[in-house]
Amino acid sequence: MTSAARTKASPGVSVAMTGSGGSGVMTAGNMLLEAAALAGCYGLMSRTSGPQIRGGEAAALIRLAGEPIEGHDDRFDLVISIDWLNLERFAAEIPLDSKSIAIGDPGQGEPPAAMLGPVTRRLALPMKALAKKIPGGRANMIALGYVGSLIGLPEDALAEAVRRTLGAEGDRLTASLAGIEAGRLAAAGVDCPHRLAPRRSDGAKRWLITGNEAAGYGALKGGVRFVAAYPITPATEMLEWMSPALSGLGGVLVQAEDELASINMVIGASYGGTPALTATSGPGFALMTESLGLAVAAEVPIVVVDVMRSGPSTGIPTKSEQADLNIALYGVHGDAPHVVVAPNSVADCLTTTHWAVHLAESMQVPVVVLSDQSMGQTRMLIDAPRDKDFIGERAVAAANGQDYKRYALTPSGVSPMAIPGTPSLMYTADGLEHSERGTPSSQARDHLAQLDKRERKLRSADFGLHWAEIEGEGEIAVLTWGSCTGPVREAIARARTDGVAVKLVSLRLLSPSYPDRLAAALEGVKRVLVVEQTHSGQFYRYLRAEHALNAELRAMHRPGPLPMRPGDIHRELVEWSRP
Amino acid sequence: MNAPVATLPAAKDFKSDTKPVWCPGCGDYGVLTSLARALADLGFRREEVAIVSGIGCSSRMPAYTNCYGFHGVHGRALAVATGLKVSRPDLTVIAAGGDGDGYSIGGNHFLHACRRNVDLTYIVMDNHVYGMTKGQSSPTTEPDWDNALTPGGTGLRPFQPLVIALASGANFVARAFSGDIIGTADIIAKAVKSRGFSFVEILSPCVTFRPEQRDWKELARPSPVAPTDDPARAARRIMTDDGFNIGVLYAGDRKPYQPEIGRARRSLQDLAEEFAR
Repeated sequence: MTSAARTKASPGVSVAMTGSGGSGVMTAGNMLLEAAALAGCYGLMSRTSGPQIRGGEAAALIRLAGEPIEGHDDRFDLVISIDWLNLERFAAEIPLDSKSIAIGDPGQGEPPAAMLGPVTRRLALPMKALAKKIPGGRANMIALGYVGSLIGLPEDALAEAVRRTLGAEGDRLTASLAGIEAGRLAAAGVDCPHRLAPRRSDGAKRWLITGNEAAGYGALKGGVRFVAAYPITPATEMLEWMSPALSGLGGVLVQAEDELASINMVIGASYGGTPALTATSGPGFALMTESLGLAVAAEVPIVVVDVMRSGPSTGIPTKSEQADLNIALYGVHGDAPHVVVAPNSVADCLTTTHWAVHLAESMQVPVVVLSDQSMGQTRMLIDAPRDKDFIGERAVAAANGQDYKRYALTPSGVSPMAIPGTPSLMYTADGLEHSERGTPSSQARDHLAQLDKRERKLRSADFGLHWAEIEGEGEIAVLTWGSCTGPVREAIARARTDGVAVKLVSLRLLSPSYPDRLAAALEGVKRVLVVEQTHSGQFYRYLRAEHALNAELRAMHRPGPLPMRPGDIHRELVEWSRP
Repeated sequence: MNAPVATLPAAKDFKSDTKPVWCPGCGDYGVLTSLARALADLGFRREEVAIVSGIGCSSRMPAYTNCYGFHGVHGRALAVATGLKVSRPDLTVIAAGGDGDGYSIGGNHFLHACRRNVDLTYIVMDNHVYGMTKGQSSPTTEPDWDNALTPGGTGLRPFQPLVIALASGANFVARAFSGDIIGTADIIAKAVKSRGFSFVEILSPCVTFRPEQRDWKELARPSPVAPTDDPARAARRIMTDDGFNIGVLYAGDRKPYQPEIGRARRSLQDLAEEFAR
């Protein structure tokens, strides 16, 4: 019975494809995802690998389903290993149980016992030997054909996915198609309980996109036309996607010499009137914080995307964590009102980064977007994003005005900005405290007036409906943010099948805090479970500091590198709901 | 019949009415005057020029002009100037600052600005001391200059900005002396006109913490040789002179870094197609 409940609430099939570097598991994984798209399914793939730059062990972690999914399941149904190299390193990342099936090549020796301990069913697939029979054949294509067939992906979808990926590459295409066919034949007659129920798409468009690409696209949609950045894992792919895209749109990406330069280049471009962005991860973000304060004081709109990884220091560069929350909220010296927002899914990386550009431009503040490795580097099939029109553009001072005051004290706190080149409005933007005119000032009244003005911009702003995602009703609520939202949503769906009603509140707007709105969202809620991926409970502490939460609170906070699993959250919810 | 001629600003129009924080006798007053004169000589309108700086006495420059200005954080003037110029190639962008700002905390940006060769002018007012923090050794200070922070001196070899600029790829390298208003204005004008990254090191005495620099006016002299376009020759000259030869020392013709901007060849819709399934 529990099994049935789990199947019902835990949709889809989870597959791990592993092998040593160069064995092609990532290529095969991407093709599986493409095939799922063609079959009208949803799906996602994340990648994990050892610390080697090239080579080493690698795994493509894939979950496919007939309905939208946002993260990995608690366990994997299938693991297929082209070889067993260092597979035990992935033991914690690829949880297997008695229902899992392990597929290995008998020619590659014995699998690591630590890894496959609970697995009772093992299938032998001589991938290397089968590949050898095909001129130019590769074991990964055998694996792809075999797995695709076992889980019930249509044959034509697999072949078409291979064709789309390889395009006109003649010999390689022929060999790959022969490879998946050989894999498919090898799977004939093998019974597999883990099957997709593929459905043809209702005609609605899907997008296959990573969170990093989505954030990049959202930024361009918001009007960003200048990016300066320094390579850093796991933000680099966002920049690599943006570079040619920007150049196509008439913008530019400059590779800076370090993150101190990136953020200052971006400030320079924005001062010149061009919406500008930089993207980085924790270590680079730490370097940027001084200049984040400059953007606050000089009132230059910029967007800084922090694709968070495990910290502190170099930490675990390839793994996710939400522990940059504190530095994003509090890392700037002085009283420095700025905006911090967080996307809560791969798809939302697009919308929230788009939103961030408008917030920055309309309030003339730096906006920090806290994405993370797990959203940034996961490739996911999503519904084609709907167009959002975020209102808000930069207030620009009209030419030939008289007695221009760049930092004029206005009711909203926002004062029209002169763009260099405009006659008669010349002023100096300054990180020094200044008068309304921008002249440096150490007078108490100027300091207070400008502090108030900068604070007023945020406090008087209407952040609209996008500030949080609120779903369902219940006496219990989960309060979460960022990439934890996917597993939380799945846990809530499972709890529902147990008869436990749980409300979801996922905050996108983290700074400024929005205590009245949050209080309204939690009206009638008696218990609040706070879920986050930090060791110290940063989000929990932030909630306690900034909000009056009239409910019983429980905190669930864990560090990376392992993802939050829906099962753990589900268990917590069910336990807590007991009278 | 005379066509109506718009009046271009005179040198004085490029100065603001904000009173500088500089000490009486500071070399930077002379640089401000030379800069204003150069901009007027070049026929700029005030709104066409942006002056960008970091932190330090000389970095106060933008507010003392009537152009667009940006006074940012310590050491990052060149980064701000780069972002501004690359995104707004129509503007004339001048970065200005001191030896500490440019060669110490901003040293990395100096190297890469020379390499990148964006069409900027970088003016460094070098007085071999941190003045704003009241007299500590800078990268160009003599190794035995005694001060409270490094008693007896740093013992470190002074930084060689001109040679390093050359080695890093600056397209125009000059040395000026703040006491020579007309000569410095002329060098700044040439630097602004030269395409690519132009570096002007101006000896600008700090009479408060380095009163002995009053002697610089006796030492500074026009460079005895014409500018060269051979960086090796320029480097040899700079490394063997006594640091007081004034003038354009190197003028190259390397193509500036300026990606084409403003012309869209694709739309957001085109970009979305790669994601559609």
